[in-house]
Amino acid sequence: MQPYATWKYVLLIVVMVLGGLYAAPNLYGEDPAVQIATQSGDALANDFGDVVGKTITEAGAKAKLSVLKNQQWLVSFEDEAAQRLAADALKRAMGNDYVVALTTASKTPEWLRAIGAKPMTLGLDLRGGVHFLLEVDIDDVRKKAVERYLTELPAFLRKNDIRYTGRHQSADAVLLDFADADKLSAAKSALAKEYSELMLTVLPSAPLTLEVKMSVVEAKRIVDFAVKQNLTTLRNRVNQLGVAEPLVQRQGQNRIVVELPGVTDATQVESLLGATATLEYRAVDESDANLAASSGLVPADSELFYTRAGHRPILLKRDIIAAGSQLVDAASTVDENGSPAVSVTLDGSGAKKMFEFTEKNVGKPMAVLFKEREVVTNYNAKGEPMREHRDVQEIISIATIRGVFGKRFQTTGLESKEAHDLAILLRAGALAAPVDIVEVRTVGPSLGADNIRRGFQAAVLGLVLVMLFMVFYYRVFGAFAIAALVLNIVLIIAGMSIMSATLTMPGIAAMVLTMGIAVDANVLIYERIREELRDGQTPHASIEAGYDRAFLTIADANVTVLIGTLVLFAMGAGPIKGFAITLALGILTSQFTSIVGSRSLAHLVFAKRKLKDLPIW
Amino acid sequence: MRIFAKVPNFNFMAQRKAGLWVSSLLSIGVILMMLLGALHLGRNLNFGIDFTGGVLVEVVYPQNIELDSVRNDLKAGGYHNPIVQYFGGTREVLIRLAPEEKENSSAISASVLQALGAEQKGVQLRRIEFVGPQVGDELTVNGSLAMVFAFIGIALYIMFRFEWKFAVGAIAALVHDALMVVGFLWIFQVEFDLTTLAAILALIGYSNNETIVIFDRVRENLINQRKGTIYDIVNLSVNQTLLRSIITHVTTLLVCTALFLLGGPSVHSFSISMIVGVIVATYSSIYVSTGLAVALGVSREDLLPPETKEIDETP
Repeated sequence: MQPYATWKYVLLIVVMVLGGLYAAPNLYGEDPAVQIATQSGDALANDFGDVVGKTITEAGAKAKLSVLKNQQWLVSFEDEAAQRLAADALKRAMGNDYVVALTTASKTPEWLRAIGAKPMTLGLDLRGGVHFLLEVDIDDVRKKAVERYLTELPAFLRKNDIRYTGRHQSADAVLLDFADADKLSAAKSALAKEYSELMLTVLPSAPLTLEVKMSVVEAKRIVDFAVKQNLTTLRNRVNQLGVAEPLVQRQGQNRIVVELPGVTDATQVESLLGATATLEYRAVDESDANLAASSGLVPADSELFYTRAGHRPILLKRDIIAAGSQLVDAASTVDENGSPAVSVTLDGSGAKKMFEFTEKNVGKPMAVLFKEREVVTNYNAKGEPMREHRDVQEIISIATIRGVFGKRFQTTGLESKEAHDLAILLRAGALAAPVDIVEVRTVGPSLGADNIRRGFQAAVLGLVLVMLFMVFYYRVFGAFAIAALVLNIVLIIAGMSIMSATLTMPGIAAMVLTMGIAVDANVLIYERIREELRDGQTPHASIEAGYDRAFLTIADANVTVLIGTLVLFAMGAGPIKGFAITLALGILTSQFTSIVGSRSLAHLVFAKRKLKDLPIW
Repeated sequence: MRIFAKVPNFNFMAQRKAGLWVSSLLSIGVILMMLLGALHLGRNLNFGIDFTGGVLVEVVYPQNIELDSVRNDLKAGGYHNPIVQYFGGTREVLIRLAPEEKENSSAISASVLQALGAEQKGVQLRRIEFVGPQVGDELTVNGSLAMVFAFIGIALYIMFRFEWKFAVGAIAALVHDALMVVGFLWIFQVEFDLTTLAAILALIGYSNNETIVIFDRVRENLINQRKGTIYDIVNLSVNQTLLRSIITHVTTLLVCTALFLLGGPSVHSFSISMIVGVIVATYSSIYVSTGLAVALGVSREDLLPPETKEIDETP
């Protein structure tokens, strides 16, 4: 029997050591921890650690470890009592500009973290939390773009002295009417030069009408842009919630996944994610609003709204003094009477206009208009979902202008929770397009813990059963296969930890399944060795033949399983992706462990012995 | 331990026609059964909310609870056709609501808990899932596409490594296996959710293992043994790989059984699908894939590499 090449032993040992090291962090468990980050996402100050340390010590808690991680300060504690004590103290000390969240920190020792080893991420189904799938309303994005062109294009034509006789809007196009063909062609060439993203066509049915549509590329671009803006906004909103390790990620063309580990009350979060609230500051038109409401006659420069409290009609001037987009900061607070309020800071242009307005209008009333767009899904008679928008436009406060102000002021007239939510929404900005929540999955923490326990027990039982069977059937060689199998599991865990892959319940199922599939390679080899022995080959030659001949077959068989998992990975989301990754990784590592691993053992044990038969029967 | 003293010599290919007939009839039977069942009895696959959309609530009661009392509570709360079942034990209850309620998900979760009298009775919420109908529809399309892509991918690979007749045989076996599992799920109304789909896709890859091992052996025997008809060689190959098939299936069944027994209700349909599929795959790899390839007229020339020119050049 040829001695097995030294480099293969070396490779095996290196893989074993590395696998062991990178899988190890999963054994250490976790400490309760507190995570502190800036509200704005800015970097933390250099001496931030000292401030945190001081606050914690003053609160009487003892920090175990205090480090900077991904622009966030992470402090771990021995027990949950210390964690809560410190978190409360930090919240009070840091104020509104920082997010303080409860989390957990791995107990992985420093020397392991130094080589980049970290534990696997657990999926929401294993640790509890809420998963949202949001769908960005594409139709609304397109409609808004068409509306914008409907005002922009005529203005452009007027500037260029090209007269049009009418403008209107169809589903996805702006239609411009002209008096004669010359004007139309002049408009067409002028527009084509300025707006290369638009498609200009004259329909044969209406020769004097120019149809303006967005090109396919442009339509796609604006949707893409809106989804990206929504991603940013949602990220801001989620950050405000003070949840540790939130995930906000785009999925497909117009969907966004939001995952919040540890959160169990979806209701509160849901309203915050989907809301598209903004504020407008407007002057009150002091003519008779009741009359306008009953007669329907509203002055040309005013609009009719109702107050949130009491549903009273109020006329507001169309001109907006300041809007939500001019806001730089908003915080919930209490006014001098102790009732909830939102303290607002405006940017330069907003402050200037506010100053000019209040200067001229002291003693007159000013109103705050609250605008929110909700998406409601209803079902028609056929049971098909119908998405409808509901616009909420309410006056939340009317106040008399007491003095001249610009940059900073307060808005009152809200309930405490409203003030809190509104401040978050204003700070995080408005969504570029309405979103619809199409999927919500909440997993309670007890279920997550149960799943881990059950998955672990099933894996252990599976391993023990396979072990007993293999040793009973293949004797010493069965033990080799089991050693390879254990190494395989270690490698799967190490691989997932290195890749930062997420372990889910289906992923655990995949790991258990891999045990069955991985020993298949050994069964194939051992049956072949037995066959060679039956055919009268020497034991050593049989071992060689068994491994050599089975290699390609095993590879072929594994490729087809991989094809299945690749397809799953491509189509799947969340837990199923976890299944596909785990299974694929398990199959790849088994190709190494079942063949190189068990072969090395066979060589190590049998290569130098004189044998009449093999302990494989 | 040994099961056979020497390589067994069953004449599998003699029964290949019967095997093919039985498998075809079974497959057609399953399709007809499901079609007629759906049309006349209104009995469909028991799709989970991943596919249908709707709301799923899992709760734990502090003590054993009758399902009827849960149903009555829900009806009183205005939910007319809730599906209520035990989930693991007689304290854990799973509730499924059709996607017809005109509420958003958070409103539903609150009102379901209220209907159950959660606060008074100490009912604990374990999990609540809301899937919009558009997501469910999309998953049905994507899931079907995934199956098709998996079939195509595997067929291409086998054509590349072996030959088209083998690819046809292998795909026929895969379709057969998938149909048998789905038929089983239909008869026993096992919930068909996303993990079940994952099980079937994993199974497609796994059951194809068998087929490939046999095909590989057929090729090897063709190269080593210049004598013997294709019929004999296939028979020999099936016999040579028989033990390996049985043993592999035993180990896979062992782990799937472990998963079924201890893995908890969330992997029940996964492990059941795997167990059924593994059992079915044992005979389909012999009778369907190999049998069909032989019936299609696989020949020596199909698998052997073309004769090398070197022989001609020798003087």
